[in-house]
Amino acid sequence: MDLIWDGLREAIHILRTGDNSVWSITLRSLLVSGSAVLISLVLGILGGAFLAFKDFRGRNILLSLVNTGMGLPPVAVGLIVAVILWRSGPLGQFRLIYTPAAMVIAQTIIAAPIVTGFTAAALRHLDPRLRTQLYALGASRMQMLWIVLWETKLPLMAAVMAGFGGAISEVGASMMVGGNLAGETRVLTTAVMLEVSRGDFPVAMALSIILLVLIFIVNAILTSVQQQEKM
Amino acid sequence: MKRIRFGMLIMALLLSFGLLACGSDKETKEETTQPTSAATTQKTPSGTAAAATTTGTAAAATSTPVVREGPKDVILATTTSTQDTGLLDVLVPEFEKDSGYNVKVIAVGTGQALAMGERGDADVMLVHAPSSEKKVVDEGVGIDRRLVMHNDFVLLGPASDPAGTKGTTKATDALTKIFNAGAAFISRGDDSGTDKLEKALWKKANLDPKGKSWYEETGQGMGASLQVANQRDAYIMSDRGTFLAAKSLSLTIVLEGDPALLNVYSVMGVNPEKFSLVNGPGGKAFADFMVSDTAQSIIKDFGTEKYGRPLFIADAGKTYEEVGLATPFG
Repeated sequence: MDLIWDGLREAIHILRTGDNSVWSITLRSLLVSGSAVLISLVLGILGGAFLAFKDFRGRNILLSLVNTGMGLPPVAVGLIVAVILWRSGPLGQFRLIYTPAAMVIAQTIIAAPIVTGFTAAALRHLDPRLRTQLYALGASRMQMLWIVLWETKLPLMAAVMAGFGGAISEVGASMMVGGNLAGETRVLTTAVMLEVSRGDFPVAMALSIILLVLIFIVNAILTSVQQQEKM
Repeated sequence: MKRIRFGMLIMALLLSFGLLACGSDKETKEETTQPTSAATTQKTPSGTAAAATTTGTAAAATSTPVVREGPKDVILATTTSTQDTGLLDVLVPEFEKDSGYNVKVIAVGTGQALAMGERGDADVMLVHAPSSEKKVVDEGVGIDRRLVMHNDFVLLGPASDPAGTKGTTKATDALTKIFNAGAAFISRGDDSGTDKLEKALWKKANLDPKGKSWYEETGQGMGASLQVANQRDAYIMSDRGTFLAAKSLSLTIVLEGDPALLNVYSVMGVNPEKFSLVNGPGGKAFADFMVSDTAQSIIKDFGTEKYGRPLFIADAGKTYEEVGLATPFG
């Protein structure tokens, strides 16, 4: 129990003094996972719309694959991305391994299926007559997509939150493709792992608390957007 | 009206994320474009040779700043102990300051570090398993291997010492007692330098603990494994540096001082002629730095202030036999 209080005290202390480069680590977590979620959002909306509206053979298989992807194990993603990005791997010459870009790639692979799956489910749930009606009213394809997305903003925001949560709390892939380099690829989750292995539990607790608060703040903002002007 | 406000909020959100994305993209672009261009110029054999000779001369004058050549990033594959003790937190910035290189420290077990070198996924290796280093050197992958420092391994256990190991002077005797008592023992099980030594000692004692209910492998680094042993009141083999630097432990040393527990760290470059992407000059610059006067004086005093004794003994320039190994490879 003491550890939790020590952790809280330590968290306040390092937030006040900026010890352990905690601010830059926090900002990096936000940057990396934010970028991954943004890319996932674009891919997820396009992919989700495609899966929801297009009728083609094999759609159910593709949907099952996306739904499997929603529970993709981060370590497996990390290992595969690492093997590809290692110098000895097929994309080695780009020297992306142990960079924030590599972490964005891995986290996008984790978050994109989540956003895609949520989007597809939400769009499938819409009354199909809405689309027919919109086309009848002369809406273009993009206009139609925009209006339909507007109608599904609640589940869409939930998709963003789930994707962001998955990306920022993931540790296995970030460790493997990022390497936990101080000042370069160390994010909150990998920093916690390091402090635990050093036996510095108060600092590890402090970093965890910061991570939780960060996720809460981001979700609070997203929720307020989601709930605003609810119909 | 309502829709416009919502749309604007979405746009603002996307924009802010977009800005973040740009920021990190730019950062990586800077990092990646420069090394690739340098790597292409370096690919010609004559270029590599020229680069190698110039760093060679620069390194001869040990403490003068080395002019950076080749890609900026140097990947150092090393053992967890050099990171868990905090030694590299001191050495790496010192090297980066003078040389202009950027070191990417990948702290894994020695087995994995050597494997990274063998695949050309690292530029330089700082490792502590002499007998396993032999293979990498023989293959021509590990080049210019040099002695950096040493300390020793210690056998740790709960203060109650359920197997009665205190008072033994030989590691094999202590392990035999643990074996016979069936006392909880935590092994790294990750093919690290410490793991290799522990396995070798069991073998030397003619015992096979594998599969025994009291013998468990964590598969994790030294620091993390110490925490597991601590929670389990188990015996564990550790390098002295990580043990001293680790916090929140109630384990005590039950055996130390056996010559078989010598822990020797060496640095070696990865042969750039074997892998086109290896940063030969960068790896060599770091290896040279590790045996330079600057680094050696940092190693010599590292930890004295905090633990009352240095964590490592600086050995550059000594032979392997002088620190107590029978041959350079154990």
